[in-house]
Amino acid sequence: MTNAGTMSNNPQLNKNGQLQHLLTTEGLPAPILLHILDTAESFVGVTERDVKKVPLLRGKSIFNLFFEPSTRTRTTFEIAAKRLSADVVNLNIAASSQSKGETLLDTVDNLSAMHADMFVVRHSQSGAAHLIARHMRPEIHIINAGDGRHAHPTQALLDVFTIRRYKSDFRNLRVAIVGDILHSRVARSQIHALTTLGVPEVRVIAPKTLLPTKVERLGVHVYHDMTQGLKDVDVLMMLRLQNERMLSARLPSTEEYFKYYGLTQEKLALAKRDAIVLHPGPMNRGVEIDSAVADGKQSVILPQVTFGIAVRMAVMSILAGS
Amino acid sequence: MQLPDAEHLLTNLTERVRHDIGPNTALVGIHTGGVWLAERLHQNLQLSLPLGTLDVSFYRDDFGQIGLHPQIRPSDVPFKVEGSHIVLVDDVLYTGRTIRAAINELFDYGRPASVRLAALIDRGGRELPMVAQYVGAVLDVPSDKMLALEKSVEGKLSLSLYDKRRNNE
Repeated sequence: MTNAGTMSNNPQLNKNGQLQHLLTTEGLPAPILLHILDTAESFVGVTERDVKKVPLLRGKSIFNLFFEPSTRTRTTFEIAAKRLSADVVNLNIAASSQSKGETLLDTVDNLSAMHADMFVVRHSQSGAAHLIARHMRPEIHIINAGDGRHAHPTQALLDVFTIRRYKSDFRNLRVAIVGDILHSRVARSQIHALTTLGVPEVRVIAPKTLLPTKVERLGVHVYHDMTQGLKDVDVLMMLRLQNERMLSARLPSTEEYFKYYGLTQEKLALAKRDAIVLHPGPMNRGVEIDSAVADGKQSVILPQVTFGIAVRMAVMSILAGS
Repeated sequence: MQLPDAEHLLTNLTERVRHDIGPNTALVGIHTGGVWLAERLHQNLQLSLPLGTLDVSFYRDDFGQIGLHPQIRPSDVPFKVEGSHIVLVDDVLYTGRTIRAAINELFDYGRPASVRLAALIDRGGRELPMVAQYVGAVLDVPSDKMLALEKSVEGKLSLSLYDKRRNNE
């Protein structure tokens, strides 16, 4: 399952080059990313109306398959599907068949026998969504809602959508991704999306223990120090520091982490004056971000959640129409 | 085939619509040609309510066959639909399916007092029971041709005829 991202022909595109599945932002051409962002722009208008619904996916069945717990991502996918008039079934698999020993593919076979049109999959194993996509009939669409440390493409898309809303042109931005890059599927998907869209300088800022080896190969500039890394930055993308990492030997303590890598007003002042701050949530206040920044004027964390629905509506409707 | 002058038709259409406008009349153009026309009509008629625009892509009945349109523009209805008298504006009235989609979308913004339709050209070929109250000209166009409104850099409107096969979306 680990070599899923390096397949030679892109399993996400159909023979006409249209998006068939959304599994990763890696290898997706810029026109496809921009089509998603432009379509999402139209859905923002829909979600601001009294009737926040369009009839596009009426009669379609979308299954949210969450093999790993999630509140925000699952909820926004559910809302997105409902606003497209699809029927949504939420399955929290951790608590059902898998505990009875059913395999992943048996689970999805059974659900597709219930005439599913689309699966939204979150799984702790990298490559799980790819595996399902290769196994399914081509008319069933798969959206990766996060697989292991590999990819979380809709999160990255809503992040770049948010950036585009506040900073018009990707081609003159300096973006810093800060935190646990090593374990982050979000960071990987962000880096691919940002570089494809033409951001000339993507920085990663993290302690050595939280960076993958040879991360420079992804086309990023590496910093271990916030003072240098945040200088003249337009966009700060904070990552969640997962509590379970604290138990390992990678970090001495949350206090220590906050001291060096936690985003405070003082550190934010090193970036450009109009820099924006993103965070995929859920936030650890006082660990990777200070409350004053999270709730401050430069934070766009709540708009990210709102735009996430429009971006997921765009992805679902593009897939369903391919 | 001789095509009429779009600018001349627009002048006719303006006078026909002018006849019926009141304080609660609002224009809503359908992307793309309908928006160009609606902009000009709105300017000519000096309406107090701002111009609305619709991209009906999310309401089309052929999504299952052809998928999502490759280029969608946001719809924008910047006035209270509830109780307003709306004139939908489109360039070419043909099957009536676009108008069906536009009316459905409009009602997701509110309940208008009335909806009328203005089209620069009525080319016949209806597949739904739609009628335009204001028409620039009625034109018999062969069914294998596509009639489209175009806008020059200077903003001048003109009509063009295409082979449907080449421009089939």
